Amino acid sequence: MWGKLSWEAVPFHEPIVMVTSAVVAIAITAVLAWVIVKGHLPYLWKEWLSSVDHKRIGVMYVVLGLVMLLRGFADAILMRSQQAVALGSAGFLPPEHYNQIFSAHGTIMIFFVAMPLVIGLMNFVVPLQLGARDVAFPVLNSVGFWLTATGALLVNISLFVGEFARTGWLPYPPLSELAYSPGVGVDYYLWALQISGAGTLLSGVNLVTTVLKVRAPGMNYLHMPIFCWTTLASNLLIVAAFPILTATLAMLLLDRYLGFHFFTNEAGGNPMMFMNLIWAWGHPEVYILVLPAFGIFSEVFATFSGKPLFGYRSMVAATMGICILSFMVWLHHFFTMGAGADVNAIFGIATMIIAVPTGVKIYNWLFTMYSGRVVFATPMLWALGFVVTFVIGGITGVLLAVPPADFVLHNSLFLVAHFHNVIIGGVVFGVFAGYEYWFPKAFGFRLHEGLGKAAFWFWIVGFYVAFTPLYALGLMGMTRRMQHYNVPEWQPWLLVAAGGAALIGIGVALQVVQLVWSIRHREALRDVTGDPWNGRTLEWMTPSPPPMFNYAVMPDVEGVEAYWMRKQSAIERQALRPEPEYHDIHMPRNSSAGFICAIFAATMGFALIWHIWWLVALAFVGAWGVFVVAAWRDEHEEAIPAATVASVDRANRAAREAALPTLRSAS
Amino acid sequence: MNTSIPEAHGDVAPGDELRPTDISHAIRGYLVGLALATLLTCVSFYIAGSTLVWQPSIPIALSVLALAQMGVHLVFFLHMTSGPDSVNNVMALAFGLLIVMLLVFGSLWIMTHLDHNVMPMGRLMQMQR
Amino acid sequence: MSAGTEVYPGGVAGGGLALGGGHAAALTEELAHGPSKRIVVAYGFWIFLISDIILFSALFATYAVLTDATAGGPSGRDLFELPTVAVETACLLLSTVFCGFAGIGAQARRNGMYYSAMAATFVLGATFVAIELHEFATMIHEGAGPGRSAFLSAFFALVGCHGLHVSAGLLWLLTMMAQVYAKGYRADIRRRLLCFALFWHTLDIIWVALFSLVYLVGVAPK
Repeated sequence: MWGKLSWEAVPFHEPIVMVTSAVVAIAITAVLAWVIVKGHLPYLWKEWLSSVDHKRIGVMYVVLGLVMLLRGFADAILMRSQQAVALGSAGFLPPEHYNQIFSAHGTIMIFFVAMPLVIGLMNFVVPLQLGARDVAFPVLNSVGFWLTATGALLVNISLFVGEFARTGWLPYPPLSELAYSPGVGVDYYLWALQISGAGTLLSGVNLVTTVLKVRAPGMNYLHMPIFCWTTLASNLLIVAAFPILTATLAMLLLDRYLGFHFFTNEAGGNPMMFMNLIWAWGHPEVYILVLPAFGIFSEVFATFSGKPLFGYRSMVAATMGICILSFMVWLHHFFTMGAGADVNAIFGIATMIIAVPTGVKIYNWLFTMYSGRVVFATPMLWALGFVVTFVIGGITGVLLAVPPADFVLHNSLFLVAHFHNVIIGGVVFGVFAGYEYWFPKAFGFRLHEGLGKAAFWFWIVGFYVAFTPLYALGLMGMTRRMQHYNVPEWQPWLLVAAGGAALIGIGVALQVVQLVWSIRHREALRDVTGDPWNGRTLEWMTPSPPPMFNYAVMPDVEGVEAYWMRKQSAIERQALRPEPEYHDIHMPRNSSAGFICAIFAATMGFALIWHIWWLVALAFVGAWGVFVVAAWRDEHEEAIPAATVASVDRANRAAREAALPTLRSAS
Repeated sequence: MNTSIPEAHGDVAPGDELRPTDISHAIRGYLVGLALATLLTCVSFYIAGSTLVWQPSIPIALSVLALAQMGVHLVFFLHMTSGPDSVNNVMALAFGLLIVMLLVFGSLWIMTHLDHNVMPMGRLMQMQR
Repeated sequence: MSAGTEVYPGGVAGGGLALGGGHAAALTEELAHGPSKRIVVAYGFWIFLISDIILFSALFATYAVLTDATAGGPSGRDLFELPTVAVETACLLLSTVFCGFAGIGAQARRNGMYYSAMAATFVLGATFVAIELHEFATMIHEGAGPGRSAFLSAFFALVGCHGLHVSAGLLWLLTMMAQVYAKGYRADIRRRLLCFALFWHTLDIIWVALFSLVYLVGVAPK
């Protein structure tokens, strides 16, 4: 009746897990109770859970990513602590736990931290920057988010019911096959990623279509902000790469569930084909993550240097070049698997070539700052930290691209240091810069600047203290994922690395404090005009937070940096353009399809993991039913009356008019 | 007033015909496509079964015929044209095809080399005993 | 026929060159630019189809790599029956043409043409699926199921995935017939019909690759 599920699945005998479970259960119950008792449930449902507004969905993605960052970071602290003490000893985490922890750490950080954060920022910002009212497919947007959240839910449930995969964040066969991983761990991983992968694909389709087809009049391709170009490139990669992930994980599922022989040791299976396919997805994946971060930096460098971005066209060319090249390098993840010198050489050279357009971008950012008036606000600090850190990480990448060097360093801590260097320095710093930069736009008040700066310094110093020792350890021969070791020379470095992780922990804590403090003091930090940073792109034309319909009338775009030009002429004239004619605006109605579909998807995923077949069928029918019901809906839009539009716009115009004299004296 | 026309204007939905046509003309398009596709299919089946074509080139011949038939489908059934209104649709397809080529031929190239260099799994497993 | 002049939440609406349209209606400045909803929806679905093609190509690459991994069991030459494949091909090709007729019928608001063409599409598509299921059942019965060898795993996954898509398409087809029956040729229904047609035609394009490169190459003399 319940498949493989029984009370034995709950790890009653493991104190760390049980305490964590209790704390999480209490926290969730407390939050839910507070929401319900205070009467916030209708608000939550109407304004967030069933919302199809890209701004709301973007915020929810970011919230998901930040919450999962705490979980992934907890895993990291556990790993660093274990390695710091486990010289010639078993440490405090037995191997079967340690293996799950490093697997969960990687899986969560890539799929449920980095992806949601990046997708959330793209969702929030891109329609505003394009002068659009929403993305191309708002209901699909909601479905995509909730499917991603479902995947995160399943991974977290595995902590309390069952186990997680012990294979690392990419489940290489034959270890991940049924013969060597008979438990539910790999199944949790596979179903969580298949479900959230579907959500990500929907997001990819949505954003590609939005950038290509849904822009304000006059916003042709070469007038778009660079963040929109990087969004296009990243989402083209999502559309191209995620099907490969889906197919490959599906094949592993077929092996595990139906006795197929794609990657098994017997009957002609070829495990190496898994590595080939998974990295054909895996390499574009890292560009999916980093390209939007590059876009964020393009915006930040221009705004905080008070100058237009240098080399717009070369930026576009570099972005699209990286997009295409990222599909031509994937073998560098398995140089040592045995394809031979010829194959290795071609992919090694391709990997070095892909560093060139990235270098072009770095130079463009530097030249943007040159002879600008640089403001060292928190977003700019993250950007400067990125330039130094990412370049170092990139250089170690080019070193690893040399196959003979890689034969020495593959799967050592040098590799671990390299990819954390580029992912943290690139993606995480980029997301934090974007978070600080666009927070006022999303919520109407700024984040505390001093705490932001402090958090930055703890993060960047902590990063170097945590990861530089890993480069040394890799060169000294320490392999990755070691649960214990017996080389005394390694321990001092690992202790330093653990100290670095603690410093990062302080940085994280400061970010939490910053958020809480800023919410408490939001009136003092209010963003009155909607343009707190003296921005250059269209999103800064809207009030903070923007109304549901984004723009009262569609902006006419006359060039790159459309908003900057309007602002300059308004400052000169000391007057805004005349008030436009206001009309009713038709916006898509809310939809519960995403949330309800996710409930069925979560149920179906759980049932598949535990082999509860009747529940699988039931949940599948339910999910299908949601589609049919949603497809039968007749009223897709609601009208926002012109009077409402007018009052929102007039309020914003008044605030901006009041600020004009100050702006003139400042420029 | 900005009167510039964004390049999105003058677009056609993928699958739609660019110019409105009457029913008989539209039907005729599908029938021509059907005839061509049938012809190409028959030739493919014939080649696979006969010894008329030099054996080792049969897979290539079949690939060429398949590609041609996919072209027939794209033109006659999906109304893909090379005109400026179809550019976005064709570009999307071209991007997809590039990725497909890289994935399929890249994988074949890599796996063939691995096959040549690495001990077969069966023999490896035997050595484990 | 409507020119697709709905306001689109993307902020722009208006007269794209939808079938039968031809010129933008006289709208205010705000609404005068940008592609119609029909174009946006169809393009988005087209992008999804591109991703689906890439999904198939991953399965196809696996099949190509594992073609010879028969583990001492039967190979394509032993198993594939060309007459069956020929019938399947004919069914799917004809169904694609009828699907095209259904689209013409919908655009022209001709109920007779629409319903009969959709019904024909369904019957031919269902025949295809039935034949394929029979083929699979026979192979499994003969001990040539997907668990026999890596080659067979790859074959069943690749061809089976296509069959699953066709089956899902059949369900969608019935839903589209029901939706037109319930709501007529409303603009959003016709947009979905266009997406369905794109889906169905693409499945036949994929079948061209499958019958050529899996079945025909599989049995061709070496």
